[in-house]
Amino acid sequence: MIARHIAAFVTGLVFGLGLVISQMVNPAKVLAFLDILGGWDPSLAFVMAAALAVTAVGYRIVWQRRSPVFAETFQLPGHQTVDARLATGAVLFGIGWGLVGLCPGPAITAVSIGGLPVIGFVAAMAAGMALFELYERMRRVRAPA
Amino acid sequence: MENLTPVSATLGGALIGLSAVMLMGLKGRIAGISGVFSGAVFAEPGDRGWRAAFVLGLVLAPVIYLALGGPAIAFELEANWPLVIVGGLLVGFGTRLGSGCTSGHGVCGLSRLSSRSMVSVALFMLAGMATASLIKPVFGG
Repeated sequence: MIARHIAAFVTGLVFGLGLVISQMVNPAKVLAFLDILGGWDPSLAFVMAAALAVTAVGYRIVWQRRSPVFAETFQLPGHQTVDARLATGAVLFGIGWGLVGLCPGPAITAVSIGGLPVIGFVAAMAAGMALFELYERMRRVRAPA
Repeated sequence: MENLTPVSATLGGALIGLSAVMLMGLKGRIAGISGVFSGAVFAEPGDRGWRAAFVLGLVLAPVIYLALGGPAIAFELEANWPLVIVGGLLVGFGTRLGSGCTSGHGVCGLSRLSSRSMVSVALFMLAGMATASLIKPVFGG
């Protein structure tokens, strides 16, 4: 129990250090990528490319094992249907990201350095997630599965 | 392009990838931060602990980085309060409705060649670029 929580903590720590070192924790750096009309900074593309390369190779090595260390199975999203929910969600997320320059990982990581506005952003993000849970529950009541 | 920082970007990106591989190898889970964070509150009680530990690791990363002697971390947030709140709400609701964000779809999904993730990344990149590129002329930031 303790070992798996320490493992999860270290995994989150490595992710956060990656965000700090790549400067993706800085909204101005992210907006310099998203704002293609200003002095464009392609750094975010380098972050994505490196992360993708390591993950693509690493996943395939890890999947050689029969099961993860602390779980019985690998849990991968099974469905492959591109639907309106996926598209609408991505666009709403993209607009919010472009307004502030923070997505979930950097926002949570920056809580310890970004002061009140970041805490406000994370609180609003949590509220948005709670609204989604509410929306899901209402949908389920209206159309029982 | 004078602001490009290719070395730190590549090194940091590799660490993000390493973390995604660690979470798959240890817990068998996709390292999607919106899902991990949301689940720390809304998942089944037995599925919350590791998520909270992961989130704590994220929060303490800058503190530990500075304690280990890392150079000062640049942080500039220009958005005013109304934009911060609206942006946070959109990011929270949108990532849940669309089943993922930059990490879950962008890093983990693309590396699995998921067609849903390819569509998601294309759409949130386009929406993010359109918004960030237009916001300065409109709001005068």
